[in-house]
Amino acid sequence: MSAPAERTVLVNGERCRVWEKGSGAPIFYLAGLSGLPRWTPFLDRLAERHRVVAPSLPGFPGATGHDRLDNLLDWVAATLDLLEGVGFEGGDLIGASVGGTLAAEVAAMAPRLVRRLVLIAPFGLYDKGSPPIDLWGQKPGALPGVISAKPDAFAAFTAPPEGIAPAEWSILMNRANEAAARLLWPLGDTRLERRLHRIRCPTLILWGAADQVLAPSYAQRFAAGIAGKTRIVVLPGAGHLADLDAPDAAADAALNAPG
Amino acid sequence: MKLMWFHLMPYTRLPADFRQHHNSVWVDIDRSLFDPAFAHRLYNEFMDELEYAGAAGFDAICVNEHHANGYGLMPSPNLIASALARRTSDTAICVLGNSLALYNPPTRVAEEMAMIDCISGGRLIAGFPVGTPMDTCYAYGQNPSTLRARYLEAHDLIVEAWTRPETFAFNGRYNQLRYVNIWPHPLQKPHPPIWIPGGGSVETWQWCAARDYVYCYLSYFGYQAGRETMMGFWREMERLGKDRNPYRAGFLQFVGVAESREEAMRLYKEPAEYFYGRCLHVDSRYVNPPGYNSEATQRARVTSQVALASQRAQTFGGGASWEEILAKGFVIIGSPDEVAAQLKQVATDLNVGHLMLLLQFGNMSRDLAGYNTRIFAERVLPQLRALFDDRWEDRWWPTPLPKAARVAPQPFLDRAAAE
Repeated sequence: MSAPAERTVLVNGERCRVWEKGSGAPIFYLAGLSGLPRWTPFLDRLAERHRVVAPSLPGFPGATGHDRLDNLLDWVAATLDLLEGVGFEGGDLIGASVGGTLAAEVAAMAPRLVRRLVLIAPFGLYDKGSPPIDLWGQKPGALPGVISAKPDAFAAFTAPPEGIAPAEWSILMNRANEAAARLLWPLGDTRLERRLHRIRCPTLILWGAADQVLAPSYAQRFAAGIAGKTRIVVLPGAGHLADLDAPDAAADAALNAPG
Repeated sequence: MKLMWFHLMPYTRLPADFRQHHNSVWVDIDRSLFDPAFAHRLYNEFMDELEYAGAAGFDAICVNEHHANGYGLMPSPNLIASALARRTSDTAICVLGNSLALYNPPTRVAEEMAMIDCISGGRLIAGFPVGTPMDTCYAYGQNPSTLRARYLEAHDLIVEAWTRPETFAFNGRYNQLRYVNIWPHPLQKPHPPIWIPGGGSVETWQWCAARDYVYCYLSYFGYQAGRETMMGFWREMERLGKDRNPYRAGFLQFVGVAESREEAMRLYKEPAEYFYGRCLHVDSRYVNPPGYNSEATQRARVTSQVALASQRAQTFGGGASWEEILAKGFVIIGSPDEVAAQLKQVATDLNVGHLMLLLQFGNMSRDLAGYNTRIFAERVLPQLRALFDDRWEDRWWPTPLPKAARVAPQPFLDRAAAE
């Protein structure tokens, strides 16, 4: 894997890292829990055919400023600032997990901004019969096994890179966890249900069959509420971070998304 | 020095196999273990104990706030404090305290504490903890990432509500109020003394120094574990140019007194083992929500001995043996003279003027708590009281109305007696 190009955009005056790789029609990606501590095989697959642009949301690796965001409106405005900062306009948007929540919120708040949407196990809805797991009420060390079906690969994904002190890295990963909690504590319900009907673009809903965080049944809830054309693809053997667990299958589905 | 009698109000009937067969004493403690009829008796016995401690000569009686907690039956310490205000006359009432971010709007705290201050004739100490993760983030659903900012804003709002002479609007980040104008106002001016129970974070020490508040370290793990933290506190005070007035600090210690050490060993083993075994059985899932500790505190924990010690001390899990409980000084036991000598050393060594004593702990009975309280009041307290007072003034103690100006409860006589 060659390294992506890196630049920075400012959101509320705070630096947010942008990684970019490949050429062709642009496709934008908002990462999930833990953000993007490293470039991923899934994004590499997309970069074979697209210019892949992955800006970091505030508080996730490469970006600060989550502590300025107090409510959903702040988060949506920051996400819009971030997407505008990387030139997103009427394009294809992929969001995973936390990033999927904000991708869906943006698509609902500014429907004309998104041409095509791919949601990978986003938070935002709440099913009383199958509530999301408590991500922040897990035994120490248990979280990787909860959010990924391949915890060893996830551990490698989030391990400290060369040149960073492990203690400082753990603060950084903790910050990503805090940023997710800041948006989603305690139940992961952003009341997106009230706005889902405003998502009018074609939407692919990807879900790991082994998602322990949000049951795959949430895919139907999203599909039922979204006004645009939807397709659900459930990825066998993948957990909550499905594009990390099953990069090829996820990339195949995303590259062939309805549109 | 000041000797303060502190009650946690533990539920005393957690089963013997609690550690083995129940998940946690806190947050998701098994509902079926709670018997309200038994709690009726417990609350009344516990309030008897607090009232007795006040009458026996302790400088203050102390209550605190916990939620969904099997060792702390006071979700609202203000309810207990208000009842104590009526049933005691001279002792200070230390509410240690209200977790400010949990109240919406936080003016509720300003109002209730002003009520207690008025009812008690100005005997209130107002404690403002952030609150534990278990209480605030899990039992009360607060977002750990905004908890501290909410706490600090609530503090500002309460102090303004207590002190500003006019009705005002408050446009905070988390609280918007068009009209802030609490009735009643606190009796003490400018407001009741504010004490801050905290962990070992440097930011809290600096804030206490800047505001001239008392810092309290409430550890369940005794003076040995608390030593590093208190040393760190005093080093920071010195760095900030503050004097070493021991009344800037408070410290909590479990104590069991009897006629002899052997007798104390016999009496206090079971309640101590009950507390450290069953009461501190906290599920590790609920101790470290992301954002609860600031990044500065996380960094300090990596680099500083102080923080490491406090982190160790704060690690719940429990299950300490009686030998460990004694060897590490979690509980100080002995004859009155032995306990007095040890506490004098603890207070001098940690330089703490406000010593909070847990003389009821675990499943200790009302009778034993009464005995421990009486023997302490009669034979330990007199040996300690004069400590520090030759050199230092306690500027952080309540200033009640003069005794002659205070009223006591005056029951109406029934008709027959009146005639």
